[in-house]
Amino acid sequence: MALLQISEPGQSPEPHQHRRAVGIDLGTTNSLVATVRNGIATVLNDHEGHGLLPSVVRYLRDGRAVVGREAQAEQARDPKNTVVSVKRFMGRGLKDVTHVENCPYDFVDSPGMVRLRTAAGVKSPVEVSADILKALRARAVEALGGELLGAVITVPAYFDDAQRQATKDAGKLAGLNVLRLLNEPTAAAIAYGLDNAAEGIYAIYDLGGGTFDISILKLSKGVFEVMATSGDPALGGDDFDHRLFCWVGERAKLAPLSAEDTQLLLIESRAAKEFLTASAETRISTQLGSGEAVDLKLTQEEFQDMTRHLVAKTLGPTRKALRDAGLEVTEIKGIVMVGGATRMPHVQQAVAEFFGQVPLTNLDPEKVVALGAATQADVLAGNKRSGDDWLLLDVIPLSLGVETMGGLVERVIPRNSTIPVARAQEFTTFKDGQTAMSIHVVQGERELVSDCRSLAKFELRGIPPMAAGAARIRVTFQVDADGLLAVSAREATTGVEAAIAVKPSYGLTDEQITRMLRESFDHAKEDVHLRALREQQVEGERMLAAAETALRDDIDLLSAEEAAALRAELEALRKTLSCTDHRTIRSAVERVNRATETFAGRRMDRSIKRALAGKKVETL
Amino acid sequence: MNLNQNHFELFGLPALFAVDAAALEARYHELQREVHPDRFAAAADAERRVSMQLATRVNEAYQTLKSPLRRAVYILQLRGVDPGLETNTAMPPDFLMEQMGWRERVEAGSEEPEALVRLRDGLRDESRKVYEKLHDQLDEAGDDEGASQTVRALMFYAKLDEEIEDKLAELET
Repeated sequence: MALLQISEPGQSPEPHQHRRAVGIDLGTTNSLVATVRNGIATVLNDHEGHGLLPSVVRYLRDGRAVVGREAQAEQARDPKNTVVSVKRFMGRGLKDVTHVENCPYDFVDSPGMVRLRTAAGVKSPVEVSADILKALRARAVEALGGELLGAVITVPAYFDDAQRQATKDAGKLAGLNVLRLLNEPTAAAIAYGLDNAAEGIYAIYDLGGGTFDISILKLSKGVFEVMATSGDPALGGDDFDHRLFCWVGERAKLAPLSAEDTQLLLIESRAAKEFLTASAETRISTQLGSGEAVDLKLTQEEFQDMTRHLVAKTLGPTRKALRDAGLEVTEIKGIVMVGGATRMPHVQQAVAEFFGQVPLTNLDPEKVVALGAATQADVLAGNKRSGDDWLLLDVIPLSLGVETMGGLVERVIPRNSTIPVARAQEFTTFKDGQTAMSIHVVQGERELVSDCRSLAKFELRGIPPMAAGAARIRVTFQVDADGLLAVSAREATTGVEAAIAVKPSYGLTDEQITRMLRESFDHAKEDVHLRALREQQVEGERMLAAAETALRDDIDLLSAEEAAALRAELEALRKTLSCTDHRTIRSAVERVNRATETFAGRRMDRSIKRALAGKKVETL
Repeated sequence: MNLNQNHFELFGLPALFAVDAAALEARYHELQREVHPDRFAAAADAERRVSMQLATRVNEAYQTLKSPLRRAVYILQLRGVDPGLETNTAMPPDFLMEQMGWRERVEAGSEEPEALVRLRDGLRDESRKVYEKLHDQLDEAGDDEGASQTVRALMFYAKLDEEIEDKLAELET
C-alpha cells in the first residue's frame, strides 16, 4: 500500500489516495455494484461482462451457496433450495408475505422474521441477502484491487425500520462497512440530477421487482432535498408475473401445480411480460413436469388489461406524496423512471397521463440506482473535497409512534420528517411505587396499534418508586441518517437513567450476527483468522484515511507536540498493517482512536463555528 | 455548538414572527453542509455521534422556524409565555360557533372532493387573515396574551385543515 501523504501546515495538500468505496443496489430481482473511477460512476461487471447479478441464491447440501445466473438456471429444477426475491422477506413475518402460497420454500415461522429451511440449513433472509452482497463484494474487491473502505447499500424509500435494520445486518454479515443506507429513489435522483445539472422539483417513480417508491425531491444548487416519499413495499414487477401466471393457469385449465412447475410457469410468465414490452404479441408454450402442455397466445393489450389494476395501485401513493409535499401535479418539472418494471409501456402511459407530461427515460432504469449510490459512496468515503460535494437531505417514510391506552397510537415523529431527527416524549407511572413500565414502539400511519408495524417493546426498569403520576420518564426517539431508530430513557425528576431492556420484535441481536458469521465461516471453509485480519486492515486503513483528512484540513488545531505524537501513532499503525496478527492491528487502531479524540472534539467545534460564522469552506 | 443558543440565534435571524423564508432556507443548508452525518461517514465514532446530534438540532430548529404556527408558539415560549395549548381550551362562544359552522360544511361536503377542496381553500384564506393578526400581535403590539389566544384559534384551523386533507385522501383511494 502506498504511504499516505500528510502535508505540513501551509503547504498545499497532495492529492490524497483514492479510497475504495462502492454503491450497491440490492434489488428484488437483480443486484448491482458500482464505483466511481476517474470521476465517473461505472457499474462493475462480472467475468462474462454482466453488470446485473440475479438476486438468486441456491443452497447446496455441502453448505455452499451459489449466487446469480448459475443459481437462477436451477430455479425450476431445485425450487426449494433456490431462493428468489428474498428482499420481499426482509424484516417480515410469514403473515406479511404476499403470494406466500406460490412460494416453493419450506418456511419456518420464527418470531419476527420468517426463515427458510434449505439443504444447507435454516436461513434467514438476512443471511440470503448477505450471500448476494458477498458475491458483489468479491466482484468489487477483485475489480478495484483491494479491500473496500465501505459501501452504500440502497433500500426502497418506503422500507420500514425492520427492513432497513435487516439490510444493514446483511451488509455487516457480508463483511461490508456500511457507510450509509440510501433510499433508492434518492440515489436515482443524485445520478439524474448530477448528470443533467437539474434544478427544480422532480418526481422519482421507482417500480422495481418487488417494491414501489415515489419520492418528490427539490434540486437546487448542490442540495438534494426530499420533500415527501411514499410507496407500496409489496408491489412490483413480480406481481405482474404472478398475475400472468394465474391467467395461464386459468386459461390452460391446469391441475394444481408442483413446486417445480410453478417456478417453470413463473419464469415463462416473466419472459412473456418482458417480450411484450416491445412486441404486440407473444406465445407461452411449454411442457410441464406433470405431463400437461401449455400453449397460449397473448397480446400486449390482453396483458395490459389484466394488470391495469396493478399500475393503478401506484397512483395512490403518488397522490399521497404530492399532497404531503404540498404540491400540485403541474409543479413537477420532470419524472425520472427507475426500475425494470417501468419499461412496460402501460406503466409509462399511466405516469404520463397522471403528470400530464412524458416521463424521463434517458437513464438506464436498472442501473441508475447503483450509479447514484456509487456517487454518494465516493463522497461519504471522503474522495471529494468539501465544497465540491453536495448536501443530501432525506426523510423517514413512515410515522413513528408509541402505544397508548386502548391500543391506540400516539405519533411521536411524523412521516416525511427530515433525518436525523429526534423527539422526546414524557411518560408517567399509573400506580404508586411502580418501578417498571413497558413502551411499545410502532411504525405506520394508522390509529390502531394492531394496524401498524410493531418495531420494539422496551422495558424500562429502575424507575425510582414514587406516587402514581409523579415519575416523569423522558423517552428519546432518535432516527439517524440511515433512517434507523434508537431509543433511550431517563427519569426526569431524579435524573436516574432507567435501564432499558430492548426486546426487538424483529431483527437480529449482536449475538445472532456473531453466530451467523461463525457458521458462514464453517460452511465456506473460510479462515476465520484471515477474515479478522482483513477486517482489521480495512479498519486500520479507514482510520489512517480519516486521520489524514483531519490533519490535512485542521493541523493548526494541534500543537507541534500533539501533531508529532499523533503522527507517531499513525506511523505505528501503518507499520502494523502488513503484519499477520489482527490483534496487533486492532490495538494500534485503538491507540490512534484515543490519540485523535481531543482532536476530533476541536475539529467539530471548528465546524460549528465555521457554520455559525457563515463562512464558506473554500475560504478556509 | 452552543446549546444555549436559541433557534433564531442559531440561524442568525431576529426573533420575530416575520421571517425571510429564503434566508432561513439558505442558512439551513449552510448549517447542514457543515454538520450533516454524510460529511462524517468515514470519520471516527465520536465525530459521527456529535455530527448526528448537531444535525438533529439543526433540523429541529429549522422545522420550528419554518412552520408559522410552531414559530409563534416558540416565540411565546422564548418570551416566557405559556400559550396554554393543552390547558386553556376556553374559546370565545362566537369563535366556537364559527368552528361548528365549518365542521358542518365539511360534514355536508364530505363525499365530494371538489366541495372539500373549496372548503379547504376558503379555510386557508380565512386563516391567512388570522396569521396577519398574529403577526401584528407578536411583532408590532407585543400583545403576548392576545397572541396566545390567536395561536389557540389557529390550532383549530390547523386541525380542521388536516381533517379535510385526510378526508380527501380517503376519497382518492
